[in-house]
Amino acid sequence: MTSPGNSAILQQTAALYRRRRLVDRLMTGVMVVAVIVAVVPLFFILFYLLKEGIPGLSLDLFTQEPNRPGKEGGGVHNALVGSGIMVGLALLIGVPIAVGTGIFLSEYGQNRAGSFIRFFIEVMAGIPSITIGLFVYSLIVANQSGLLPVMGHFTAFAGALALAILLVPIVARITEEMLLLVPRSLREASYALGAPRWRTVLRIVLPTALPGIITGIMLGLSRIAGEAAALLFTALGNQFFSTDINAPMDSIPRRIYVYALGPYDYWHEQAWAMSLILVATILIISLVVRALFGSRVTVRS
Amino acid sequence: MTETQTTPSTMQVPPPPVVRAALGATVPVAKEAPPITIELRDVSAFYGKKLAVSGVSMSIRAHSVTALIGPSGCGKSTLIRTINRMHEFAPGARVEGSIIVDGVNIYGPGIDPARVRQRIGMVFQKPNPFPTMSIADNVAAGLRFMGIRSKSELRDRVESALKRAALWDEVKNDLKKPGIAISGGQQQRLCIARAIAVEPDIVLMDEPCSALDPIATLKIEDLMRELARDYTIVTVTHNMQQAARVSDQTAFMLMDPGDLAGHLVEYGPTSDIFTNPKDSRTEDYISGRFG
Ligand SMILES: Nc1ncnc2c1ncn2[C@@H]1O[C@H](COP(=O)(O)OP(=O)(O)O)[C@@H](O)[C@H]1O
Ligand SMILES: [Mg+2]
Repeated sequence: MTSPGNSAILQQTAALYRRRRLVDRLMTGVMVVAVIVAVVPLFFILFYLLKEGIPGLSLDLFTQEPNRPGKEGGGVHNALVGSGIMVGLALLIGVPIAVGTGIFLSEYGQNRAGSFIRFFIEVMAGIPSITIGLFVYSLIVANQSGLLPVMGHFTAFAGALALAILLVPIVARITEEMLLLVPRSLREASYALGAPRWRTVLRIVLPTALPGIITGIMLGLSRIAGEAAALLFTALGNQFFSTDINAPMDSIPRRIYVYALGPYDYWHEQAWAMSLILVATILIISLVVRALFGSRVTVRS
Repeated sequence: MTETQTTPSTMQVPPPPVVRAALGATVPVAKEAPPITIELRDVSAFYGKKLAVSGVSMSIRAHSVTALIGPSGCGKSTLIRTINRMHEFAPGARVEGSIIVDGVNIYGPGIDPARVRQRIGMVFQKPNPFPTMSIADNVAAGLRFMGIRSKSELRDRVESALKRAALWDEVKNDLKKPGIAISGGQQQRLCIARAIAVEPDIVLMDEPCSALDPIATLKIEDLMRELARDYTIVTVTHNMQQAARVSDQTAFMLMDPGDLAGHLVEYGPTSDIFTNPKDSRTEDYISGRFG
């Protein structure tokens, strides 16, 4: 059946196929190497974190306040609570602003005002955290005008504000992207039922994009939970337990920073333990949130 | 298979109340007023500067199925979307002319497009249930938009709409399941239920079967015939057999090579269009010479 022309074509395609298979294997190999290069350090970090962090874990670490420097034992209860308060407050301030901005950009931002805000957010996302800390320092901490009661001294509020400023660009950008992923057909279905635009956004678009937005908030949370630089000259730090947002407050990242550079071995051990607690907490929160919302990931085209 | 046999007997007279009750409507269908007709007067639709549909005038009969046919790109979707003012969501979109529904020009001053859309439902090409909502919530979505909060009323109207959309028996035990967890044909009937739950007068359908398999298609076609008893149905199809099977009137559209805009070529009773077209272009199209 096969004519001479046909077999020539077959031979040609066979050669082509061999070459393609070779290129395919080569590329697969390159990608496997890339994955290994990316994953191995991560694995080592986690391994090291567990190895160095576990010995320092104790009930005291969670329940006791820090001892005076040099006296072994004690815990970091004040820093744990302080981080919780400031990160929580930052989420409270930052998330509504960020989600609101994301909604504005995706639904009403296809114009020059939108482009401007988008650009502004890009720039904001690129500002180093230490600079944001400095900005809040001059805005709140060094502000002697007395306009607000939190002004004029180091406060937990200033720390939370700095964290919120770090959070907003991350969450706003992801929110916009997630909202834009919602298929147009769903908006149309809603309009066709006589729903006005804002209602369509609130009832249809936002719930559909919610899993993605939550993922963005989690990303922002992990970013700010480990932030030390923005807190150094805003919330300062505190040797004692305090829940007063109008006073200096301690935080885990700042205490890690101090202990890691300090002269005592038990400080180093506690710094590792705090790092482990930080990573584990973020991991647990992510898993819980994913379990709660993950099943609703339904964005389709 | 000739068209005259497959064309269902035309039935323009609104059915007596007894019939409506027999359709299983647990909520009384309050449609004693004269049925709603649609009149398009010199309707042109633009996307920015581009004229997509040019000067269409036609009267659409109440309680019947009207099919828009024509080759792809001739403006069928654009035209049907002018009838519930969905067209204006496209960037730069604009409509000229007037569309009279129930004696009111829906493009007149002071008309709220959202209210127009409440009375003129729409079913789309691809089934698009709300993915975050259950089957029941999908059907109730429009009612909630209207401000209905009573649980028992919502339940009754959801049930009634699902029955009229011939879906109730298949989903009555799964009302809490996500609206996207059912087959494509069922999803499309769910979308029909969602559209009719708000008791519109008119239901527009833009190629409602083009994403469905033949059996699901037949179910939707049967449903369209059923719904024509209570609603005025306008449907787009590029399947001529389907137009012949379901519609009472057929409008044939074509893109004019001159202005590259869609024009209405011929409009009349389906049996006339398919057996005795007046325009040679209609004849060419239905005999499969192009399109
Ligand atoms: N959103 C849009 N923007 C610009 N042009 C459009 C848009 N939608 C459709 N058109 C154009 O309008 C014409 C009619 O399209 P359409 O109404 O979708 O045709 P049909 O439904 O008959 O296939 C086509 O030329 C198409 O390219
Ligand atoms: Mg179309």
